[in-house]
This record gives sequence, structure tokens and C-alpha cells, in this order.
Amino acid sequence: MSYLLLAIVSPLLFAIFIPFFHKWFGRVHTGWFVLPLPILLFAYFLSYLPQTMSQKRVMETFEWIPSLGMNFTAKVDGLGLLFALLITGIGALVILYSIYYLAKDKEKLNTFYVYLLLFMGAMLGVVLSDNLIVMYAFWELTSFSSFLLIGYWYERERSRYGAQKSMLITVFGGLAMLGGIILLYVMTGTFSMTEIISTSDEIFNHPLFVPALLCILLGAFTKSAQFPFYIWLPDAMEAPTPVSAYLHSATMVKAGIYLVARFTPVFGESSVWFWLVGGVGLLTLIWGSIFAVKQTDLKAILAFSTVSQLGLIMSLLGVGAAALHYEALDDNIYTIAVTAAIFHLINHATFKGSLFMAAGIVDHETGTRDIRKLGGLMQFMPVTFTISAIGAFSMVGLPPFNGFLSKEMFFTAMVQVREMNIFNLETWGILFPVLAWVASIFTFVYSMILVFKTFTGKFQPEKLSNKPHEAPIGMLISPLILVALVVIFGLFPNLLASTLISPAMSAVLPDLLGAGEEFDVHISFWHGPNIELFMTLGVILLGFFLFKTYPKWGRIYGKLPQKLSLNRFYDGLIEKAQNGSNRMTSSYMTGSIRSYLVYIFAFFIFILSAALIRENAFKLDTSNVSSIGIYEMVLVLFIVVGSISILFVKSRMTSIILLGSVGYTVSLFYVLFRAPDLALTQLVIETISVALFLVCFYHLPKYRKLETRMRFRLTNALISIGVGAIVTIIALSAHSNKLFDSISQYYVENTYVEAAGKNMVNVILVDFRGFDTLFEITVLAIASLGIYGMIRLKSDRGKQG
Amino acid sequence: MRKVNNIILETSLKVLLFIIALYSVYIFTAGHYYPGGGFIGGLMTSGAIVLLLITYDIETVAKILPINYRFLTAIGLLIAIATSAGAMLFNVPFLTHVFTDVHLPVIGELSLHTATLFDLGVYFVVIGVTMTIIQTIGGDE
Repeated sequence: MSYLLLAIVSPLLFAIFIPFFHKWFGRVHTGWFVLPLPILLFAYFLSYLPQTMSQKRVMETFEWIPSLGMNFTAKVDGLGLLFALLITGIGALVILYSIYYLAKDKEKLNTFYVYLLLFMGAMLGVVLSDNLIVMYAFWELTSFSSFLLIGYWYERERSRYGAQKSMLITVFGGLAMLGGIILLYVMTGTFSMTEIISTSDEIFNHPLFVPALLCILLGAFTKSAQFPFYIWLPDAMEAPTPVSAYLHSATMVKAGIYLVARFTPVFGESSVWFWLVGGVGLLTLIWGSIFAVKQTDLKAILAFSTVSQLGLIMSLLGVGAAALHYEALDDNIYTIAVTAAIFHLINHATFKGSLFMAAGIVDHETGTRDIRKLGGLMQFMPVTFTISAIGAFSMVGLPPFNGFLSKEMFFTAMVQVREMNIFNLETWGILFPVLAWVASIFTFVYSMILVFKTFTGKFQPEKLSNKPHEAPIGMLISPLILVALVVIFGLFPNLLASTLISPAMSAVLPDLLGAGEEFDVHISFWHGPNIELFMTLGVILLGFFLFKTYPKWGRIYGKLPQKLSLNRFYDGLIEKAQNGSNRMTSSYMTGSIRSYLVYIFAFFIFILSAALIRENAFKLDTSNVSSIGIYEMVLVLFIVVGSISILFVKSRMTSIILLGSVGYTVSLFYVLFRAPDLALTQLVIETISVALFLVCFYHLPKYRKLETRMRFRLTNALISIGVGAIVTIIALSAHSNKLFDSISQYYVENTYVEAAGKNMVNVILVDFRGFDTLFEITVLAIASLGIYGMIRLKSDRGKQG
Repeated sequence: MRKVNNIILETSLKVLLFIIALYSVYIFTAGHYYPGGGFIGGLMTSGAIVLLLITYDIETVAKILPINYRFLTAIGLLIAIATSAGAMLFNVPFLTHVFTDVHLPVIGELSLHTATLFDLGVYFVVIGVTMTIIQTIGGDE
């Protein structure tokens, strides 16, 4: 195994040792042992930068199941490396933050860090795997570890609810994605992403193209909390804040973004992709931003804001895929959407991480996250305020922070959609910039609420459980680093341009590049007075106005979104599914053996008659029928009369005797058809079984001895007549369809020669087919021991029970 | 249980039992050539014992025939399996039978067949099974 593959699985391997660290070095916070790993990994992945910057990619393979084409292949290209750096970098910061956030003596630190490392390893595996099956395995591992982390405080009912919800939704999407992967395998015959991209033209014309596309997108949308699957993300806020910062803002929710970006070369050229990714992204953007405004919990605001920002990135990727329709690179202005998506992806990770950490600090130091209880915290927590303010301003898109740049590029990309001349965009394209602009206004409003409702206004000490004070320095380091990055990327965006964005773009849009070319990304701070700038100005002005007047119009929310809440739909769906399946099960699992027999026999009739009709197998051939004599007629009459009268007699004793008479008539049939062994056996066995029936009859409980005639039921009558008819028809058809001669001639010839016997039946029983007899006597022995056990051992059980 | 003096039944049993037992042994031994065999032979032998049971009671029959019928079942199964598996010692497939004609001084010409041993297993199992069932149910109060 090479170092690269080891680096990917190292968090998983390291997780094994965490409990030992926790047990042996209990006095030191376990997080300190974990911290070096992501730092080392971050440094290690940084060393790949020169290679990806020169448009090279590194592939390493470890053979796992080569016969099925499933190998653990790691591929480091621009996109994968960008994510790997995000995961390890923010991972290190989050672990540092969690050391101060989680108390050493109160929390189960060993499980926390095990889950976190599992997640980190899984996430690295997702973004660096080239093999789709391996990628899927890691993908599900992220779902599971996220489930474990959300339910970290499992004593709380809300945590368990949130964990279950996120699990159901993301695993649903994950399974859909597996379906998509398998469809891709059907189309291309390989699980390798690289090879699939190289055959993207064939895939495009394949009939399975759209199903595969939809399946993959389902996976991406559920993971990235897109509309309508975003509902798990706000409930995932029950996790500890470091987890929310790490998983639910910076990394896991971006796995779907990664997937969309990764599959853009495969699916991007289709209009379905454009409309789904771009449209759903925009819808999520505006929906999330509108809902974020009404939240009163800091983390809930951030959760909806994450949903909204992920929608923004998603819509940019959708629009960016349209660039594949334009050949020339020089005047292909549409690639800016992809640039903006990747740039905003980095920016979002920085500012959202810092915002979550700031919210965690507020929660930690005041004891609440409810903005109705908070206020005037600026004087107590100046540093936290600064962090929140910078993060929020960046999220809004104010200069000089990095959010401003990516928001400008977002507007640019959305405005350009109108100029596209594909997919009916001449007419519908206007929706894109308008929706984006409206969503940005709401983004402004909730960001301002987030900062100013918490840190300014009236201080309400009576509502707070703790006396607020500034957080310890260790807790502030990570958000400070992140906001420092916000400012640095804002002022010097081109630090990222050639190092990370350009290589990532060449992974998303490989077809647009000729040999040796690379995307020339240059992010300029000042475009001049263009339409995007005026849109931003409009956002700020209108947003400021709306923020000031929020108390007046905020009440609309009380009525409006309650009906649109998808949570109610989800809860109803879960409840209906449970009730429905419960009702369905109890409707046919009655517990009455009579109804099960009805199902069995009804199915028996159905399947046999269907087979008969389908194969057209009914045939009546009388050429091979022997003549019927008077004895047979008489005996048949006996049997028929006996059997029918059993149905109509009142007394059980009579029916037992009638049954015996039918049995003796059958033995007469054996005599008539020259089967003396059978006749003898039938005679004795019939005698014994009638005697046993009589014993049973004698022991019937007194109070149930009401002798009644059998009740008539139409279903029973129909089914019994049907079974009789179908068996008769099959017997007749089978007799008329004899395809081969009997093999009995061999027995006739060899009974004496080979086995020295003259009774052919007995020779078959003990010699030719003695194996059957061996097990038949075993069956008898088991039956007798069973009877012995049931009768003799019941008194013991009665004593014990 | 009220003891009834049924001397006729007891006396006729002394004659009948012998005939039934003999007939059942005949049916068992003749099974390879004529209708019969281990199964019916066994059933008939148990019929004779049942006749004993009807005439006397369970304790008396247990004194006359001190047999544990569950052991008899086991022995029967063992004989059947030993006969079948014994064939494998001679490098032939499971359940391969052999037969030879031997000349015995008193009895004369006789054909011996391992299938009879197998049938003996069946015979014992059938007696064991039938008697276990009847004894168990009959002894249950």
C-alpha cells in the first residue's frame, strides 16, 4: 500500500487506538492525541499541490476485488485535493475547537473522537476514490458516522430523532446512488471514474442515461440537503457544535456538491442535468434563505443558511455544466459559474465554520442559543462578535471579504444565463438572476439577524443561565484562523486562483481543455460599475430596509411557512408508512390457521390454473385408458358416498367410522389393483389410525362436546371444489401427456437376477431404493419419540412454568 | 381398574397369540418372495402384543415382555444403518446388498441376503414405534 492510500485510511486505523489513549492517558484530553493526525494529513496533501497545479493527477491502486473490477484506487486531482485539504484543514481546526468545547470529565470523549475520525477517513475516501464502488462504501460510512455523531447525546429524544431522520434520508439517497453506479457499470463496464469520463459520449446516447443521472442526483441532493431533502439538516443541529461545524457546514454536506462536480463531465451536457441541478439549486437557495429568517435558534439559522448556500453552489454547478456546450475556451464566459462554485465552496467552508464555532461559543458561555434571549453580548464577547460579524458579512457578500467576490461571480454567472441560447433559456433564463437576487436579500436579512440580535440590543441577564464572558483562548483559535482566511481570501483571492481553483476546474470541465492548457482564473476585486455591483448594492439597501422593518413583516411567517413545512410531510410519511404496514400486516396475518389455509389453497388454485392456461397444457387422451369393471364402480361409489357423508354427518363418531370405511375401501382397491403389500399395510394402518382417532375423540374436553354439523361457508366450498377440480384436471392432463415409457421394466427384469427376490415391491423398498426406507423408519422413530416426549414430559414443564 | 374374570379371552389368547406371532414372523421372513416384509411383519407382531395388552393390563405385559420399546427402535435403526454402511467397508457404495446360497447341514439349501438384515431393522423399528405410541398413550391418565 502506498503512502497515499495509507493516508486515506489512516484516520480509520487511528480510530482503533483512541479508546486506549482515553483509558491510559485519561488525565490528558483525548483530543490532543487526535489533533496531530489531521495536521499531518493536511501537510501531506499540501505536498500534492505542485502536481495538481501542473495539471497532473496521481493515481495509486490497491487491489481489493480485482475479479469484479473493484479496487481501492486513489486519484488525486484538483477537485479531490481541494476537498481533501478542506477536510483535513477544517478537521484539525474543529478538533482543536472541540478540545475546549467538550469537557474532559463530562463527555464520552473516546466515542466522540472515534466517530469523528471514522468520519474524516470516510470523507477522505469519498473525495479521493476513483473507483465508484469504493467511493460508495466510504459514502455510506460518512452517513453512518454522521448518524453516530448526531446521536452523540443519545439520552436526548431530539438527538435520536435527528439522527434517525438524517440516516433515513441520506441512506435513501446513498442507495439510489448505488443504483446509479450500477447503471453506469451496465453502460460502460467499469467502475473507474476516469474511464467512465473518457467514455462519456457513449453514455450520453445510451437509453439508461437519464435513469443513471436521476439516481446519482438523488444521492447528491440528499447528502447535500437540497430541496426537498434538506429537512434532515436542521434536525442534525442536535449534534455537538464542533460536529455541526465540521460535518454539516464544511464537509459532509459538500459530498453531494463533490459528486455533482465529479459527474459533470459525464452528465453535464444534458438539459435534464442543467435544469435539475441548476433549478433545484436555485429553489433550495431561495427556500433555505426564506426559512432561515424565521428561525430563532442560532444553529437553526445557520442550518438553513447552509442549505441555502449549498443550493447556491449547486445552481452554479448546474449553470456551469452548460459551458460544455461552448467549444472555444477563449470566449467561453460560462466557465465563470464553475469558478464561482469552487470559489464559493472554499469561502463557505471558511465563513460557515467560523460562524458555527462562534454560535457554539455563545451557547457555551451563555447557556442558550435562542436569539430571543440573547442580546447585547458585544461588550462581553468582543472577539466572538468580531468573528461572527466578519463571517456574516462574508456570507452576505460585503466587501472586502471573500463572500463578496464569490457573490459577485455568482451574479455574473446568473446574469449570463440569459445569454445562453440552449434549453429554452432565452425565455426562462431571466428567472435565474431574479431568484438569485431575491435569495440574496433574504440572506442579508438573516445574517444581520444572526449578528445583531445576538450581540447588540438589550442585554437580558435574567434569561441566561450562565454569566456571559469571553471564551477561553483555545476555543477562539480555530474560528480566528477561519475568519483570518476569510479576510485573506477576500483581499488576495488570487492566492487560490492558480493553486486550487484552476486545477479543480480542470477536473470538472476536462473536455474544454486542450493538451497543456489550463484555466486562467483571475479574480479581480473591482470590475468597474457593472450590473453585478448594482445588484449587490440593491441587496444591501433592500436587505437593510427589510432588516429594520423585520418586526413589522416578520409576522407573515407565522402563517405562511407552517403549511409549506416539509417536516410535517416527512413525519406524516413515516407515521403513515408505519401505520399502513401495520394495518396491512394485521389485515392478512389474522392468526387463524383457517385463513392461512385459504391463502395457501387459493394461491395453489391460481398458480396451477394460470400455468395450465399459459402453457395450454390441458389435454384429454382416452386412448391409454383401461376398461372399467363393475368392482371398480362399486368401490368408487363406496368411497364417494363415504367421503361426502363425512361432510354432512353430525356426530364425530360417525365421521371417524366413515373415514375408516373409506380407508378400508382403499385397501380393497389395492387388492383389486393387485398390490397385496399395500393392501396389507393399508388395512393395519387404517385400523391403528381409526383407533387413535377414537382415543382423541374420547379425550375431547366436555364443555366443547357440542355436536354440531359443519357450518357451510361459501369461500371454503369454492376453494375446496376448486382444489379438487384443478387436481383432477392436472391428473387427467398428466396422464394424457405421457412423454416417456415407465422405467419399471428394469425392475421386472432384474428383481430376481440382481437382488435375489421375487417380491418386487419389497426388493425395491429394501434394496433398489433402500435409502428412502432408511429415512422413513427414521421418520417413524422421530414421530414415536415426539409422542413420547409430548405426553411424558409435559408434567415437568408444568412444574417449571 | 375393575378386574373382570374374562377366562374365555385369556384362554383363546394362549392359542391365538402363538398363531399371530408365527404368522408375523412368516410374513417378515417371506417378504422377499411373497407379499410381506419388515413393515407388515412388525405391525403384526405389535398387533399380537396389543392383544396381550387388551387381555391383561400394561404392568402385566411389561412383566411378560420386559422390553424398552424406545431401545428397540434405536436398535432397529442401528441395524438398518449398520447394514447399509457396512457395505462401505467392502469398497462398494452405501446400501449395496449381497446374497449367497449356502448349504447348511440340517436345514439344507438356503439363500442368505443382507437385505433381510436391513428388513430386520425395519421390523424392530416398526415394533418399537407402534408399541411406544400405544404404551405412551395408553399409560397416560
